[in-house]
Amino acid sequence: MRKVLLASCLGSVAALAAGSASANDELVKMSQNPKDWVMPAGDYANTRYSKLNQINASNVGKLQVAWTFSTGVLRGHEGGPLIIGNMMYVHTPFPNKVYALDLSQDNKIVWKYEPKQDPNVIPVMCCDTVNRGLSYGDGKVFLHQADDKLVALDAKTGNLVWSATNGDPAKGQTGTSAPFVIKDKVLVGTSGGEFGVQCSMTAYDIKDGKQVWKAYSEGPDNQILFDDKTTALGKPTGKDSSIKTWEGDQWKIGGGCTWGWVSYDPQLNLVYYGSGNPSTWNPKQRPGDNKWSMTIFARNPDNGVARWVYQMTPHDEWDYDGVNEMILSDQQINGQARKLVTHFDRNGLGYTLDRETGELLVAEKYDPKVNWTSGVDMNKSSPTYGRPKVLDQYSTDKQGEDHNVKGICPAALGTKDEQPAAYSPDTQLFYVPTNHVCMDYEPFKVSYTAGQPYVGATLSMYPPPGETNMGNFIAWDGKTGKIVWSNKEQFSVWSGALATAGDVVFYGTLEGYLKAVDAKTGKELYKFKTPSGIIGNVTTYENNGRQYVAVLSGVGGWAGIGLAAGLTDPTAGLGAVGGYAALSNYTALGGTLTVFALPQ
Amino acid sequence: MRMICLMAAAMILAAAGATAYADGSGDPTAVKSEDGKYFDKEDNPTFKISSDGTVDWYTYSGYRRYHSECHVCHGPDGEGSTYAPALKNSLKTMGYADFVGVVASGRKNVSTAQENVMPAFGDNPNVACYMDDIYVYLRARADDALGRVRPSKHEEKPAAYTKAEDSCMGKH
Repeated sequence: MRKVLLASCLGSVAALAAGSASANDELVKMSQNPKDWVMPAGDYANTRYSKLNQINASNVGKLQVAWTFSTGVLRGHEGGPLIIGNMMYVHTPFPNKVYALDLSQDNKIVWKYEPKQDPNVIPVMCCDTVNRGLSYGDGKVFLHQADDKLVALDAKTGNLVWSATNGDPAKGQTGTSAPFVIKDKVLVGTSGGEFGVQCSMTAYDIKDGKQVWKAYSEGPDNQILFDDKTTALGKPTGKDSSIKTWEGDQWKIGGGCTWGWVSYDPQLNLVYYGSGNPSTWNPKQRPGDNKWSMTIFARNPDNGVARWVYQMTPHDEWDYDGVNEMILSDQQINGQARKLVTHFDRNGLGYTLDRETGELLVAEKYDPKVNWTSGVDMNKSSPTYGRPKVLDQYSTDKQGEDHNVKGICPAALGTKDEQPAAYSPDTQLFYVPTNHVCMDYEPFKVSYTAGQPYVGATLSMYPPPGETNMGNFIAWDGKTGKIVWSNKEQFSVWSGALATAGDVVFYGTLEGYLKAVDAKTGKELYKFKTPSGIIGNVTTYENNGRQYVAVLSGVGGWAGIGLAAGLTDPTAGLGAVGGYAALSNYTALGGTLTVFALPQ
Repeated sequence: MRMICLMAAAMILAAAGATAYADGSGDPTAVKSEDGKYFDKEDNPTFKISSDGTVDWYTYSGYRRYHSECHVCHGPDGEGSTYAPALKNSLKTMGYADFVGVVASGRKNVSTAQENVMPAFGDNPNVACYMDDIYVYLRARADDALGRVRPSKHEEKPAAYTKAEDSCMGKH
């Protein structure tokens, strides 16, 4: 059975590559070499799957630490390193250092880059000074700095080749996302949803850093790059589809930030990513659907024009950013081969769509506690087709300003945040790190000042009533929208997963454990406590005949802010303190790369 | 002016060694009120929490403003985070005047070991108009007068407060 699946998977990869004569053949080819890890998610499809199988379910229990590397930075370490041949490229949070290590020379530092950035950018970053990693292409390493500059470094020397200013931190625009290389362009998003930024995805020329196109998440059609062929759920969006859904010119401070991950199908020549929350968090202050915040975009990477869009959470009332990764897979649904995109949204729904047409196929809760919606209307002839049905008791808009809406699941950090899931073509399952946290949410009026927080809601977070685990690591069937197995975790799982052909899935925990579990059953096979909590993504590579597994530890990010002191139990009444575990009792700051291998 | 306040606070601290409560502004006991706002004997804004748990309007409003504007760095309930210090501890030694100064003008603590930067909120009406509210809430947390809870009962929003709030928020 497994052999057959593998063969069909390889076939589809070959097909993807064959149809991309005009694509950046270098990267398509490189990403098929499992010894390397050439882009943030390992491949264009964002599967975070490796064909390496030296480490497998029967021997992973013997895993050992092979070597470690301190980044010298204390803040939250998201993302993971790139591995190209003998070189490894390691990034850090602010001040955004980049290290190039030579794996053939005992991991010697070949070069180091550290930009000079104004520290005033630090407090403009909403939730810690994280950075989600580097990209590679055309002999260059690309870094998206905190100050929203995109820089190209010579991969051999670390010398600055070019630098492009993507946004202005004085207006709340910052950089946290990993750049993404497609053909002769580098794509980069923006952070700043809590600062009223009109966010965009921008493409730069890989040779000289000149801007090629910029596509905003909200605004007039010539800013969002929609044409008469752009569709939503199979129908043309029509003119002014975005500005019609905002009051006045609120779209100019509308958010819809693009700080998540990007994926690409070379055959369809479409790039996929999501947009974040509309600004402010007070829904009463911005009537309308607030399009195209909270949206999956499929765009042509050559000119940025949108092929199709799907807004998951119209008129957001809970800060459920839609930026999480878009994982591309080819699977059969109802006996039919489909080109799919699967997305685990902050709003608690796991979506599967046809990635060519944007047709919605599956939208199901991937945590049974999700309660703000009774589900998505899947009836194509219904006027509310594709919309989630919002329950009045959890609608912070219906309940209104200055009203504290209690018991909403998930919390604002979502059933999953940016920590990317993995997909194994062997098991045809998605492996999803999740948060298991609910909240009270009270919106109120705020005023906008450029470069200042523009939030407008008070919220408190806690595990679902009656439960103490704040996270789960689950296996998900994207074809049917069902959980196959689920492992409880004491804290939210804030680490990107890795699936491998060795039938082992890896992820990190906020206490700092790297864990290996059986891909079919979820059974824990190995764990090791790294120096700090893990919010980085697990990576694997092969060097000199040996398979390695690498992960950045270094607690922080939203998780470090929300969970450091522990969550309270609002139902326990006055005076109850420390009802749930405080992360600060388990781990402390500090960035380290830990690399594992089997004993020789 | 600020120096005098600070010195006064320091003297109070020294003198108030025997009292149950003492924070960066001294004894937080409310000795008078004006339009629903309470003051200690040094005229610093302070909290008033009744035995049935009813809090004054400023403590309640401060809870809300803190959890909108401050908690994304300083963590829930003033408890701190991996990113920024616990303000319930900071206010045990920091006085009112210093608090207002840091919030309005910001603060930088950048070295090879850390990169802590607090932005200036003086021009942000969502913070500047609620400076005393946030201070009073955090003062109650620093003195353990209020736990890690959303205040369940609070005094009515004073009419004078509404007027001042409208003019402060409206003029921007």
